[in-house]
Amino acid sequence: MNKFFLKYILLGIGFAFLYFPIFTLIIYSFNESKRVMVWKGFSLKWYAELFKNEQILEAFYISIKIASISATFATLLGVMVGYSLARISKIPFRSFFIFISTAPLVMPEIILGLSLLLFFISANNLFGLPSSKGQITVLISHITFSVAFVAVIIQARLISFNKSIEEAAQDLGAVPNSVIWKVTLPVILPSIISGWLLAFTLSLDDLVVASFTTGPGANTLPIVVFSKVRMGLSPEVNALSAVIMLAIVSIAIGYYIKTRNKSDVN
Amino acid sequence: MISILKNFKFWFVFTPYFWLVAFFFIPLAIIMKISLSVSEWGMPPYKDILAIDEVTGNLIINITSSNYTFIFSDFFYLQSYLNSLSLAFTSTLICLIIGYPIAFYVAKSKPKTRNLLLILLVIPFWTSFLLRVYAWKVLLQGNGILNTILMKFGIIAEPLSLLHNHYAVILGVVYTYLPFMILPLYGYLVKFDLRFIDAAHDLGSRNINTFFKVILPLSLPGIIAGCMLVFIPVVGEFVIPELLGGSDKLYFGKIIWDEFFVNRDWPVASALAMSGILFLIIPIVIFQISYSRYNFKK
Repeated sequence: MNKFFLKYILLGIGFAFLYFPIFTLIIYSFNESKRVMVWKGFSLKWYAELFKNEQILEAFYISIKIASISATFATLLGVMVGYSLARISKIPFRSFFIFISTAPLVMPEIILGLSLLLFFISANNLFGLPSSKGQITVLISHITFSVAFVAVIIQARLISFNKSIEEAAQDLGAVPNSVIWKVTLPVILPSIISGWLLAFTLSLDDLVVASFTTGPGANTLPIVVFSKVRMGLSPEVNALSAVIMLAIVSIAIGYYIKTRNKSDVN
Repeated sequence: MISILKNFKFWFVFTPYFWLVAFFFIPLAIIMKISLSVSEWGMPPYKDILAIDEVTGNLIINITSSNYTFIFSDFFYLQSYLNSLSLAFTSTLICLIIGYPIAFYVAKSKPKTRNLLLILLVIPFWTSFLLRVYAWKVLLQGNGILNTILMKFGIIAEPLSLLHNHYAVILGVVYTYLPFMILPLYGYLVKFDLRFIDAAHDLGSRNINTFFKVILPLSLPGIIAGCMLVFIPVVGEFVIPELLGGSDKLYFGKIIWDEFFVNRDWPVASALAMSGILFLIIPIVIFQISYSRYNFKK
């Protein structure tokens, strides 16, 4: 009995700690007052302000655009890296390749951002490219740090899945290219999807690298939000948190219902 | 040659190889170069390493180690690096202490509850990092919720200044990085066979003993993975100290940011970044290689 209580008390405190700050933000997003913490009554005013705020809306659009393009390219490159590391033995300077494809995982964002910015400036001085910093430089940076994360997921999946299935397909007369398309790819497809989603969130959430590599017309949502909350509180940002939370919770509920039905069938 | 180009393996290896060399390795080489160059007024604010003297036509090599001697001789930089290490160490430890029981109980729940709890753990992880830090800024304000509650209950008479100190930074770090600790721990604990606990009990082991001698050693890989996922990014953390911290302690990430954006001293910022790689990344890589070798031997 004691053990039972200990379990629920610990879990309760843990989840309360995780959710209390988020819920406070959501509750205060309905506050009429401009001073965030002084309650003046229920109102949807800040939601209206949020959806009229062109700076935030444009930043949201830019963020989604950069995140989806960078996730797609990072997944392509990450699958190649993961496959090469798990299945191809003849790679020139193999340990160097392992180093450059895993080091971004442990590289602090601030160092990554600084190095990319100095690189873009040097490249511009030498070749005139990129002609200016903007969406393209943020995009390149996001692809670069996401590749490593996708590669790790794909590599783990390829190592855990039995190579003999691929060999069996070859013995049965499949040419190497069709083994890839008809055997390997379907097996790693769930990992490709989770890799894409991870790369998408990494890009959507990134503030530091984007701050270094951004330029005119490339203010992503985190950059705009950060500039709003750096000096003080902003009721519009409260409303934005509530909207984002709603979106994530509805995706999570959908996912939960889908997987629950699946396990019922099984 | 054409047969090589037709081979998909060639493209699989060399497309990402090229990308990573161009956009990861060369940028690091550029910071290395700039960290060794002499700073000057102008744009870019440093002298080229190789230059040709306009009068004599001789090749001049401008290499200096002065940026490094400067940051190592000024206690200010060393202190900020130590502050970041101690922040990372403290918050990793707190995350482990809070995260372990949560991961353990979630992993040991019945499959149906477990899936629900797991989704509840992942939701904050998918929510914007910046907004979760901002939530604590709202909570810890002078007229924020925590102060209001404490004053209502008569525990304090005047609002405490909870924000803009290093305790707020630790709290913010623990809050935002807790999922990074719990998820890998959960990954290892869920595979853990409960019968080991029963076996230990049957052999006369007491609860505490069972925990330290059976459960903890078996979850060690998860603990190490979780600690790495928290420790490494926190050392370079910039956003949390910027939003919740004050001037009582300065951190490594903030120093690089200011050196670059405020002081516009690119060589010193690069030297700081290089020394960060030297003292952070290299020890971690060495640790991971030796740890995986040790596991392999076992």
